[in-house]
Amino acid sequence: MTAFVNPYKKIKDLHPKEAISPGTGLCAGCGGLEGLRLAMKELGENVLICNAAGCFTLLSVYPFTPLKSSWLYTTMGAPVPAAQGVRDALDIRMAHKGLSNDENLLVMAVAGDGSSNDIGLGATSAALHRKLDFIYFCYDNEAYGNTGFQLSAASPLGSATQTAPTTKVHPAGAESFKQDLFEIWKAQEPTYIATVSPREPVDLSNKFAKAKTLQGPRMFICMSPCPTGWGYDPKESNLIAKLAVDTGIFPIKEYFEGKVVHTKPPKKRLPVEQFLERQKRFRHLFEPERRDDIIALIQQHVDEYWRRYE
Amino acid sequence: MTTDERIMLTGNKAAAWGARMAQVEYVPAFPITPQTEIVETLAKWFAEGTMKGKYTNMDSEHSMFMAAGAGAATGVRVFTASSSQGILHGMESLYTLTGWRVPLVIVNVSRALATPITLEPDHNDVMSTRDCGLIQLHAETCQEVFDFILLGYHIAENPNVCLPVLVNMDGFYLSFTREPVLIPSQEAIANFLTAFKPAQPVFQASQPMARASAVFGGATYSYFKMQHNLAAYHAEKVFNESAQKFSEQFGRTYEPAEKFHMDDAEFVFVMSNSFATKGKAAVLQLRRQGIKAGLLKLRLFRPFPSAFIAEALSGHKNVAIIDQNLSPGMGGITYPEIVASLYSHPNRPKRILSVIGGLGGKDIRESDFMSIINHFKDPESPSPLYLFDDVDMASFQKIQNIANPKEEPSSS
Ligand SMILES: Cc1ncc(C[n+]2csc(CCOP(=O)(O)OP(=O)(O)O)c2C)c(N)n1
Ligand code: SF4
Repeated sequence: MTAFVNPYKKIKDLHPKEAISPGTGLCAGCGGLEGLRLAMKELGENVLICNAAGCFTLLSVYPFTPLKSSWLYTTMGAPVPAAQGVRDALDIRMAHKGLSNDENLLVMAVAGDGSSNDIGLGATSAALHRKLDFIYFCYDNEAYGNTGFQLSAASPLGSATQTAPTTKVHPAGAESFKQDLFEIWKAQEPTYIATVSPREPVDLSNKFAKAKTLQGPRMFICMSPCPTGWGYDPKESNLIAKLAVDTGIFPIKEYFEGKVVHTKPPKKRLPVEQFLERQKRFRHLFEPERRDDIIALIQQHVDEYWRRYE
Repeated sequence: MTTDERIMLTGNKAAAWGARMAQVEYVPAFPITPQTEIVETLAKWFAEGTMKGKYTNMDSEHSMFMAAGAGAATGVRVFTASSSQGILHGMESLYTLTGWRVPLVIVNVSRALATPITLEPDHNDVMSTRDCGLIQLHAETCQEVFDFILLGYHIAENPNVCLPVLVNMDGFYLSFTREPVLIPSQEAIANFLTAFKPAQPVFQASQPMARASAVFGGATYSYFKMQHNLAAYHAEKVFNESAQKFSEQFGRTYEPAEKFHMDDAEFVFVMSNSFATKGKAAVLQLRRQGIKAGLLKLRLFRPFPSAFIAEALSGHKNVAIIDQNLSPGMGGITYPEIVASLYSHPNRPKRILSVIGGLGGKDIRESDFMSIINHFKDPESPSPLYLFDDVDMASFQKIQNIANPKEEPSSS
């Protein structure tokens, strides 16, 4: 057992320093960007982000970058192999070519849920198998956001996307449950996995602080409320993020040394519809008539999850 | 190696030796026939400590090329190898890393593309990389494979190029053929190829940078592409300078294309890679019969040395461009490039025939070269000429009859 004492208790304890400057091309109220902002505060400046095609590709548009650290745009499917190449090259230079350890970089992949769950999953699995020393940041907006909000394997059952729209024949929209990326990654026993939410900044920061002290694959899934794709007013991002946690839809947890711990379990879980009803992508579950059957299915899925832990 | 040595090597082993003597530091790899012997050899040398650095088993060519490019962008000398389906699988990464403008050497061991799936060679795989902006060198012999890897790093790492170099050899015909290869001593090589000094900033803490950022607007995109294009064009000059240095150091001289009995040739075959050896044998045979044949072997294929090739071919009456590749609905891929190079030349050949042969490892026989000559004699004969004769048809029909015994073999 490795003892790790959380450095932060309150939001006031967090680093005042910013590692991403504001004014990027991303949407106002982007929950994922808030998550990355908090993460980068913790990780500091000696970081290289290998980015997958997605919304966050627009963070660095020539000739601008909002980052203090380095950036490499890759492809939708291969941010992790790029991280492998950089990691290997830095290790070679430190071992054989006299590169000082001060020149080392923390190598990080930043990818959306589509890249993470779909096109890039094979390459990530291979890196987990190789025990690549890196941090993976998946901002999970539950669809292919950059291309206009199409279905990904992370799109939850009952949500409407451009490519799984709700129709008379397919009233639910997406008909499969969200793929459990946490469990998929966990099967390969990486050093660390955590889910985080921008609405829980202290929890998020403590987890990145902890990950920073570790080696090997350190994997993050950041719940990323997306006003544009989910259909709500950008100023409600915090509320949506909070409801995702309070309804138990998005469990905040970590996996470390073989154990899963829920670091922010909802005290009394709210009904899922409080989360669903505020978003356009779930509107068809309430209008023109309520689809209690589908809402019940979603609730049941959440209940089943928590029954294992509560 | 401390002294020059001549050893028997397959094309694949020659490639591995090239990487070793170039003191490559990083090899991300993925196996594919007929290339596998290269990466197996390198894996062993890294594992036993003969080579210093790292060999990483990747999960696909898409990942492999990405790791290779990222390694080069982080300041190590990188080598990797692939073939056929592997090139196609990695194509997105190939375009990505050429745009990153990173130097490395890639060996492609040519193998025909599915469908149908086969192991045997032709050049559709390497031709698929034609437009992605890397430098291409085509090798005929094991010695050329070895030499072109050294030459490749010299060109790739030139500050005015900064692009990957792909060295191509034929699967089976060269990859598994043993030939004597002269391996110069490490000291001699050091006089030609110094340790990797990246021309561009590389990733490390003291040099934060954003690379390969997105662009908006055609003008910005076009600017970067035109830069890339200029670098690729410029690589021809760099090829000649590097080849000159190489020749001074090692005594072997490489021009952008090789002229074989070209001076008085009335019939010229344009070929590349190992089948050029068959072409050269045919030239000698034809000359014994009093036919003035010659051969131009393509070596530097990207950038395309248009002026050199036009110069070499003009003044010759009949030129047959033998493509071991096929763009269905258009024909051979190198043919239009050579025709375009010659178009404005006052003294261009009277007839330029497109020939397609050697697909999926099909041999090009001496009789095929004779049929090309005969084809020229008839002014009405169509182009392209497909090297697929009655013997080939009969051999296919024999197989077809096994697949579908009820059907009568077609009579054509
Ligand atoms: C190989 C490939 N296929 C498709 C695309 C088009 N594409 C660009 S971004 C994107 C969606 C990415 O979705 P996700 O990973 O969830 O990130 P988000 O857009 O939501 O930020 C797609 C499909 C691409 N860039 N590359
Ligand atoms: S579409 Fe959603 S995830 Fe993408 S930038 Fe906008 S808010 Fe963020």
